[in-house]
Amino acid sequence: MTPEYRKIAHNGLWKNNQALVALLGMCPLMAVSNTVINALGLGLATTATLVASNALISAIREQVSDEVRLPVFVLVIAAIVTVVELTMNAFLHELYLILGIFIPLIVTNCSIIGRAEAFAAKNPVKQSAADGLFMGLGFTLVLVVLGAMREGLGTGAVFAHAELMFGDYAKTWAITLFDDYEGFLLAVLPPGAFIGLGFIIAGKNLIDGWLARRKKAGIAMMSMTRHTAPTG
Amino acid sequence: MRFSTAASPHVNPTNSVSHIMQQVLLALIPGALAMLWFFGAGVLINLLLAVCTALAAEAMALSLRGRPLKPYITDYSAVLTAALLALSVPALTPWWMTVTGVLFAILIAKHLYGGLGYNPFNPAMVGYVVLLISFPKHMTAWLPPSGLSDLHLGLSDTWNIIFHAQYPAGVAADAVAMATPLDTLKTQLGMGKTVGEIWTDQRFGALAGRGWQWAALGYLAGGVWMARRQVIDWRIPVSFLSSLFAVALLFFLVDPTRYVYPTLHLFGGASMLGAFFIATDPVTAATTPRGRLVYGGLIGLLVYVIRTFGGYPDGVAFSVLLMNVAAPMINFYTRPRTYGHRP
Repeated sequence: MTPEYRKIAHNGLWKNNQALVALLGMCPLMAVSNTVINALGLGLATTATLVASNALISAIREQVSDEVRLPVFVLVIAAIVTVVELTMNAFLHELYLILGIFIPLIVTNCSIIGRAEAFAAKNPVKQSAADGLFMGLGFTLVLVVLGAMREGLGTGAVFAHAELMFGDYAKTWAITLFDDYEGFLLAVLPPGAFIGLGFIIAGKNLIDGWLARRKKAGIAMMSMTRHTAPTG
Repeated sequence: MRFSTAASPHVNPTNSVSHIMQQVLLALIPGALAMLWFFGAGVLINLLLAVCTALAAEAMALSLRGRPLKPYITDYSAVLTAALLALSVPALTPWWMTVTGVLFAILIAKHLYGGLGYNPFNPAMVGYVVLLISFPKHMTAWLPPSGLSDLHLGLSDTWNIIFHAQYPAGVAADAVAMATPLDTLKTQLGMGKTVGEIWTDQRFGALAGRGWQWAALGYLAGGVWMARRQVIDWRIPVSFLSSLFAVALLFFLVDPTRYVYPTLHLFGGASMLGAFFIATDPVTAATTPRGRLVYGGLIGLLVYVIRTFGGYPDGVAFSVLLMNVAAPMINFYTRPRTYGHRP
């Protein structure tokens, strides 16, 4: 992986994570993160849309004049979302029924038009597609972590109904975390999404702060050795 | 002759946070005793468990936040939060539910927002609502008030039920659960009965539910004592109860077969506890004099709407939390006029 792509990956997965830092696409994130499988389904659909829309928009960026770029971008994104929606309807029909309105609503997910504006409109096709992929994966990652937290706390099991996505042989994938679990309904209900996301963001900030302190300490140590070297 | 001259203030108020919280706790005693009499030793176990959990959680949160322990632990605010929560949950609530509710109240509703004075929502009610929407079955399973059933649970039986979910021989799990008066009213009205028919049930007394009405009177006595000592402002409970009574009376006069007697609304459910002890929380309530009237009045109205038309039998906790959100706006629009200024 060249440094350029490594930077794109780091941006998408961590530094400018669409869900944790940019706080875009909150509505689907909150609404469908009640189970891991729902979260994974919507996350991958969003990722597919992001890759395709970033690549297409980057390909036509020279032809579109600045004045009309936003409506053009929206039309491109809407066309791609329609394709994704029809594909899911055909191959993952059950999951499509559960996710319902949130699949067509990917059109309105701010992170997609956001990446089109911020990245695809200024960069070549390959980099734009990579940006879409990593932004989408970063979003999916947060969705899945939040989904696992909510499903695990709320029902005491994770990966229930994996067959909706992976076919019949995935029926045994469900992992029961606690036997005889009473169920903690709050985690499955909308407040669980807000509180859970708050904790994930706090966790990310904690890690960032820890990394920054470690880096600072490392630099201080290095400068100290530089200072002491001549005298020693 | 020399007179000593000191700068103002010349009279020191004794109303520190811990003094006020202590008085509120004292005022809870008559109501809590009535609850203890009618619902058994579980009330006491819940209180002790909740207070211990709250103190531990408070100490943990303070040390994580790098705050001094002693001044914050001894302000009794965590103890009051725990006591209010413990008096809101049924007497036989499993221990881990009480602990969960208290942890949620202290850690998330209070300290994540910045501790006492910064919390926009009443911590005790946040804890209670978390439990109510997460475990609706347990939170509506109240013991029959003593005198209504021949069930007698000793201290050790109660202890075993709360801590080990073990019921004494011959007592089934649903024998210790009885719908509250408000709950009974709601389900039976849904079955097409009239208020008069429902009221013939043995669980209704002169004012409201048997047992429940005495707890409500206990809270009323404690509340009036607090209002007289100016520990709480009289405006919130008075406007809360009078608006609740007025709406209830209005609907009752329109159709007495479908809308219950206003006394059940005043002395049933958590009205009295809510009016004097929960809505008056100095941190989360409105602070201007006119604002407090509006705040209490709207809570009373919401309580009636939720009880009568909503999905839950009681609505004090939800109403208080909803009006907590509105308190800053109420304060903004009811600011007192500065003397000498034209509005």
